[in-house]
Amino acid sequence: MKLHGIHVPHRKNTADSAPVRLAPPKTVAIPMSMHIGKPAKVIVKRGDEVKVGTKIGEADGFVSSPIHSSVSGKVQKVDEITIMNGMKVPCVLIDSDGEQTPDEALAPPAVSDYQSFVDAVRDSGSVGLGGAGFPTHVKLTVKDLSQVQEVVINAAECEPYITSDTRTMLDKSDYIQKGIELLRKYLGVQKFIIGIENNKPAAIAKMQALAQSVPGMTVMALPSIYPQGGEKVLVYNTTGKLIPKGGLPLHVGVIVLNVTTLAFIAEYMETGMPLVEKCITVDGSAIKTPKNVIVPIGTPVADLIEMVGGTKEEPAKALYGGPMMGIAIPSLDSPVMKNTNAIIVMGKKEATPPKTTPCISCGMCVNHCPLRLDPREIALAYKKNAPEDLELLHVDLCMECGCCAYICPAHRPLVQTNKLSKAVLRNYQNAKKEEK
Amino acid sequence: MNKLISTVSPHFSTKRDTTHIMLDVILALCPAAIASVLLFGWRALLVIAVCVGTCVLSEFLFEKLCKRENTISDLSAVVTGMLLAFNLPVTIPVWQAVIGSVVAIIVVKQLFGGIGQNFANPAITARIIMLVAFSGEMTRWVNPVGGFFDEVSAVTGATPLVAMSKGLPLPSYLDLLLGKHGGSLGETCALALILGGLYLLIRRVITWHIPVAFIGTVALMSLVCGQDVLGQLLSGGLMLGAFFMATDYATTPNTKWGKIIFGVGCGLITVLIRFWGNYPEGVSYSILLMNILTPYISRLTRSKPLIGGAKS
Repeated sequence: MKLHGIHVPHRKNTADSAPVRLAPPKTVAIPMSMHIGKPAKVIVKRGDEVKVGTKIGEADGFVSSPIHSSVSGKVQKVDEITIMNGMKVPCVLIDSDGEQTPDEALAPPAVSDYQSFVDAVRDSGSVGLGGAGFPTHVKLTVKDLSQVQEVVINAAECEPYITSDTRTMLDKSDYIQKGIELLRKYLGVQKFIIGIENNKPAAIAKMQALAQSVPGMTVMALPSIYPQGGEKVLVYNTTGKLIPKGGLPLHVGVIVLNVTTLAFIAEYMETGMPLVEKCITVDGSAIKTPKNVIVPIGTPVADLIEMVGGTKEEPAKALYGGPMMGIAIPSLDSPVMKNTNAIIVMGKKEATPPKTTPCISCGMCVNHCPLRLDPREIALAYKKNAPEDLELLHVDLCMECGCCAYICPAHRPLVQTNKLSKAVLRNYQNAKKEEK
Repeated sequence: MNKLISTVSPHFSTKRDTTHIMLDVILALCPAAIASVLLFGWRALLVIAVCVGTCVLSEFLFEKLCKRENTISDLSAVVTGMLLAFNLPVTIPVWQAVIGSVVAIIVVKQLFGGIGQNFANPAITARIIMLVAFSGEMTRWVNPVGGFFDEVSAVTGATPLVAMSKGLPLPSYLDLLLGKHGGSLGETCALALILGGLYLLIRRVITWHIPVAFIGTVALMSLVCGQDVLGQLLSGGLMLGAFFMATDYATTPNTKWGKIIFGVGCGLITVLIRFWGNYPEGVSYSILLMNILTPYISRLTRSKPLIGGAKS
């Protein structure tokens, strides 16, 4: 069985741009929620002196992640910020002194066994850097380690424009190797598959050279068919296993880690410097000189755009992430977050959505959905407000990859309908549970 | 603060919209349109122009009247007009072509909600209505006129299917392929239609399932029934129907198996009518009947979401 997908333009303009570390901005804004799970609890207050790597937010519970200062300086205030799901969370504003002095207390963690390894990963503040932002230590917490048959390293980078994972492979291959060795040592996994879309020949060559000296490591060059890097799609195309609906990769004996996340964990074990900066691709039709940069987390997007050389036209839309699944930010004051791997700034022409026309029942959406959903039927069921139908259509399986909406010749907002339908179904299912 | 556009992902979409797809279909119909002029003379062009013009105009006026959004720019009315014209004899009176076009667009398409909503193919349904209403004019076939290919006089002549059913001699296979025989103005030149069909396949406007299932079934059944297989394939409206009419999006199933069932059904009904029915040709009826079955076929062959095994 072949999973469907679409050909999207690659636009990997920045693949050859080695990341440049930028000077810290005057002020960073660090939200307490840059991950899936509960927001972290602020542990600093106005006027506190902080350094690079000083913890400013404590993980609140298991599915949460600690947060560290990305600059040295003084806490300006603890504010509130509205994050993408509409929730208001605390946000720490820090005025940078420009020195970037690291916190003296930082030291490589003492890791001796599986538990101390997972604890160290949690303390690093690591979350899924591919964009999802799922806390890494939660992913690595496995009751029965013999369950884990293989680790799939996600280096597909199937979104247009983004090349930050490509740069990790080209610039940090030693940390990828060390990361694999750590997983082998503490998780006891022997099989590592790294999946890379075949539009990145340099990265594939580099990883193949690495695999020569890393036992159990396989490099898989995958067709550049979006969404190759979607978790379900990648696991299926690398291992042949289909993650069940509502399940995790672990249900089929797989752990999936983004390649940059893996390299970061290895780097943290060596330096003890938690997740405070990100390599980011800055591109899009409004950007004058697209490039990869390394910036402190919390850098406002406006500052970032200025620092890479500004815009060539008025920004009309700016995205966290790529154009297929990225999130449109409400204003350029929004900060770079842990799980931001790209900032795409679009000019008016690129940003204006095409006109929606009537559905012509061509079936393109059905025939391009990787999970074989029927977005057209879902839209009809949504219009009828029929949650029973939505349940039968398995709309909750939708990963919002955007293939349907991309390919639709009538430009119908199918992802939007799917999202709304999922909410309708969730409410219906919750109500049903309460009845029982 | 900058005002930014904030929409749900994806922030990217294909440039290939409905108009592009219809333009591809129009291009694919062009070889057959040119062939019709070469075979039947300039009147073929007149009939095509009248049908296209009337279709576009009736869509425009109807939408204006109903205060619906204007959709003539999606070019689907042009496609309907061309297809209807292809299904008419070149001698059709202009006023009848006009009525047929109005029926196709207003009765079959717009009254059911416009593009994508109609349950039956507008061109085919209009053709069938015309066949009932103007049966004399609709079955007055002429052989291709001379001047373009050779010196055949414009005499009324039987279509190959009528010839076959009466045991009369058939034109050569080459003449069937080139369209040098009686029939509707756009259906005779099998070669031009196959070329157009291939173009649609290459451009991925259609998939192979319906044409292959349709034509394959007719070929197989002709073989089983001891008929002239090649003669059956190259005669009548089979190529026009299989590539252009049975592949209409709104009125046919979307899934692979749905399309195969649809194509096989069309093929079976076509041969039933051709071999045992009162009419010499059954392509139009077969497509209309399968159009009616489409919702049921779609329900039976719905895409199965990949929900995977049970969570262990």
